[in-house]
Amino acid sequence: MNTALISLEIAVLVLAFGILLLDLWLPAENKRKLGYVAALGAGAILVASYIWLPVNATFVIGTTPFHVTLPALGDNLVMDLPALFFKRFFLVAAVIVLLMSAEFASRIQSGISEFYSLTLIALAGMMFAASAKDFAMLFVSVELITITFYILTSFERNRVASLEAGVKYLILGGLASAFMVYGIALVYGTSGTMNFTELSAKAQSLADQPVFLMGLLLVVGGLAFKIAAFPFQIWAPDVYQGSPAPATAFLAVGSKAAGLILLMRVLFSALPLEFIARWKGLLMAMSAITILYGSLCAIPQRNLKRLLGYSSIANGGFLLLGLAAMSEAGKVAVLYYLSGYLFTVLAAFTVISVVLRATDIEDISGLAGLNQRSPLLAGAMTLAMVSLAGIPPLAGFFGKFLLLKAAIEQGSAYYWLVGVALFGVVISLYYYFGIIRAIYWSKDPADVSPLTVSLPLKFSLGACVAGMLYLGIYPSTALNLVTVAVRDWK
Amino acid sequence: MLTSIILLPFLAALVILLMPRDYRVGIRGVALLATLGSLLIATKMFLGYEAAEAGVGGYKFIQRMPWVESLGINYFVGVDGINVGLIFMGAIVAFAAACVSWEIKTNEKLYYVLLMVMTGGILGAFASLDLFFFYAFHEFALIPTFIMIGVWGRGENKNYATYNITLYLSAGALIALVGLIGLYLQVPAAQRTFDIVALTEYFRANPMATNAQHFIFPLLMFGFGILVSLWPFHTWAPLGYGAAPTATAMLHAGVLKKFGLYGLIRIALPLMPEGAKQWLNVLALLCLGNILYCGWVAMRQRDLNQLIGNSSVAHMGFVFLGIASLNLIGVTGAVVVMIAHGLLAALTFALSGYIRTQTNTLNMDEMGGLLRKLPFIGAALVMAMMAGCGLPGFANFVGELSVMFGAWKASFGHAKWFVVAAAWGGLVIGAIYMLRAVRSVLHGELSEKWNDVQDAVLWRKTPFVLLLVALVAFGFWPRLLTDKIKPSAEAIVKMATATKVPEPKVQTAQAK
Repeated sequence: MNTALISLEIAVLVLAFGILLLDLWLPAENKRKLGYVAALGAGAILVASYIWLPVNATFVIGTTPFHVTLPALGDNLVMDLPALFFKRFFLVAAVIVLLMSAEFASRIQSGISEFYSLTLIALAGMMFAASAKDFAMLFVSVELITITFYILTSFERNRVASLEAGVKYLILGGLASAFMVYGIALVYGTSGTMNFTELSAKAQSLADQPVFLMGLLLVVGGLAFKIAAFPFQIWAPDVYQGSPAPATAFLAVGSKAAGLILLMRVLFSALPLEFIARWKGLLMAMSAITILYGSLCAIPQRNLKRLLGYSSIANGGFLLLGLAAMSEAGKVAVLYYLSGYLFTVLAAFTVISVVLRATDIEDISGLAGLNQRSPLLAGAMTLAMVSLAGIPPLAGFFGKFLLLKAAIEQGSAYYWLVGVALFGVVISLYYYFGIIRAIYWSKDPADVSPLTVSLPLKFSLGACVAGMLYLGIYPSTALNLVTVAVRDWK
Repeated sequence: MLTSIILLPFLAALVILLMPRDYRVGIRGVALLATLGSLLIATKMFLGYEAAEAGVGGYKFIQRMPWVESLGINYFVGVDGINVGLIFMGAIVAFAAACVSWEIKTNEKLYYVLLMVMTGGILGAFASLDLFFFYAFHEFALIPTFIMIGVWGRGENKNYATYNITLYLSAGALIALVGLIGLYLQVPAAQRTFDIVALTEYFRANPMATNAQHFIFPLLMFGFGILVSLWPFHTWAPLGYGAAPTATAMLHAGVLKKFGLYGLIRIALPLMPEGAKQWLNVLALLCLGNILYCGWVAMRQRDLNQLIGNSSVAHMGFVFLGIASLNLIGVTGAVVVMIAHGLLAALTFALSGYIRTQTNTLNMDEMGGLLRKLPFIGAALVMAMMAGCGLPGFANFVGELSVMFGAWKASFGHAKWFVVAAAWGGLVIGAIYMLRAVRSVLHGELSEKWNDVQDAVLWRKTPFVLLLVALVAFGFWPRLLTDKIKPSAEAIVKMATATKVPEPKVQTAQAK
């Protein structure tokens, strides 16, 4: 195996352990600042991913030529453009989450350096997941992410809610892992291979074997747990509510995207198209129910993080809609939607973590008067909600537009799913606007003292807002990049 | 030219965003200047329309720029006879709305940012010749509408009204979006584009499959219909307008609402003649719901804003009727009503907003005799109500009469008598509630509590005068509008009827 292939992951792990080492020498009051070091390090790795990897292929989309990087292929890891896209995606998410955690540190009693370090280890797991091309690699990367998150979710040891979140995630996550490993065993037992490419060649001949199908179904179930898709969504609201805000943010963006790329690998790399075409109905049903469950259950929620938990379920449903389309346009839409989702959700959680630190109210009413307290936070939160609701000119709109287009393109079998998705969007407007309402016109806010936002957070909020606007207003370049990435699917 | 009309309000929003929040005069000044600038350029464009050189597809003042090449999205603006008048009307209303915004005293910075974004979005939606931008600009204008109603709205029903209008309009817009995407996908992959001109050309040469038309047309008809408060999806309108701050109600009821009608005329009719044939009869029946039912509801209102809101829904019925009649005079009339009603709705909401700032109520039972205290506002209200009844001399008369002619000539089968009689009945109902409103607000005993009521001072008269002048000007010289509309409407009707029977020339009715 070519180690150049995993150089980015190695760098992230070195950074993670470096942070732990640095922790030994730093005085307690300065440990919080290690978060900035970690964020800078992750940022540097992100930049390096553009400089370092050699160019050896050219694609032309429209009139724009794209030079892409393709290091040698290993047999259980792949470094194609979608993998690179997701690795960069996770790096961006980690930078913003680390900045958020450094700000949130005052609420974590001890071990903040471990928090940073674990975030980076989870990041490494996600980056491995982006390249996984083999069931063993898939399982190891999923476990690396999940086990790290057991700790991250229960990191506020003095809060019962956080411990509860950790335990729930542990039990249900363990169950999902068991499903998955059982499924992998069944697939290996019937097909005799772990490798996606080899499996893809054999799958069609095994299509009538119930044990093989059962195995695949269990693997899909285990991955559906990661993206909180029906019927494995039940953990999301509780865990989102209880975990520390930065952990929730990373769970909502990173862990979900990792589950998604793995699911896409299993569906589109490990199995031939004619094989999974039979699963269209299953994916469509999962997508529809997930959208409905997330949207409908979000209506009565008053806790902000819980509300975003349901919203994240609904968004998982939208992403599944892109997979169910089973076309290039569907994959492009999923990748584009995820990019917009990254900036949107991270902006929302950054605002929440600042408000939480100051007021300790997790209820929506904690946002009351935010417009007077900090117009910057109010504006960023409003844009995030408008983008989640899918309204132009923000990223969420263009993502939903691409998803709907991809589904309608597939013909009349998808029309009912489009109808369900629209219903979900209209309902989601109701609760997203509930948040905007709390910010701007709730009655007599209890506290109108100004909230200060530190410089690094201003930077990350600015980056999120810029990302949302850029992806929404001028989608051309990003869309081309995503299209090139999807065409390079291995 | 068109780009600068759209861009000015957006730039103003950006400038205001960067200004400190206590520079109240400055913020208001920027907003007024930007809308005035847009209005002046729009006036120049409107007056220079005939002389201007026609470009692609007969559109004038074209500007285009590729946006997302891989999907065929372009920034593409241009005008023909149908939207040139709408943009001009929109610019007038936007300036008037900025003028009447002096009533806003809290959080002005945010208010003017939203007002400018809304204005830019509205003008952009009407100028766009690209389906994607057409849709996106409209949605972009909707969000400020919702927030403005929520933050500066009034009345106990404010929150309910905000949610109601948000959910209704978003649902309508999304249904229309699915229709538009469906339309886009009817073109083979290599030629796919959102360019309305190119789509029109394509479907002229290769008519769309009939079953696709039957499917997409109702999506657009009901999606756009909800946006225009088509009966029975109209309940958001009176509620929302009753709760909205004056400027928002003016801009939405006056201009933004016309977006759905414009979409029907520009996109649904010419591209899907078969669908139109099938569904326009349904539209003709539903629009009677607007004209009769909503007129009847308006009669029962005791709150002036509710009355105006319902009457605005009722007037939309005439536009739908004109569209449903699918002939030259009907469609021309529909466009004239759209413009006339835009001016009228803005005027009446501005007047009721003014009265409200003076009396703190709009309950007509408590008012009376206000004409003595408000000679100017009262007189303007009388004129507005007369225009609403469809009195000759105002632009509304021209439009409504043409629509009636159109409906008479239309092929509604045996229902023709019924439809025209019902529409005529709607006019009578309109006259009843309008005149009753004038009586109970302006005439009769003047209650003591209105002693402090003040008439508009000189500069505050500006928006009212401007809107009235436009109404009367188009009423006396309807050819200012109809000469521009007719050729464009003719092209659309020709495509929509597709049996290439050119309409016999009917002289558009002239006031006086």
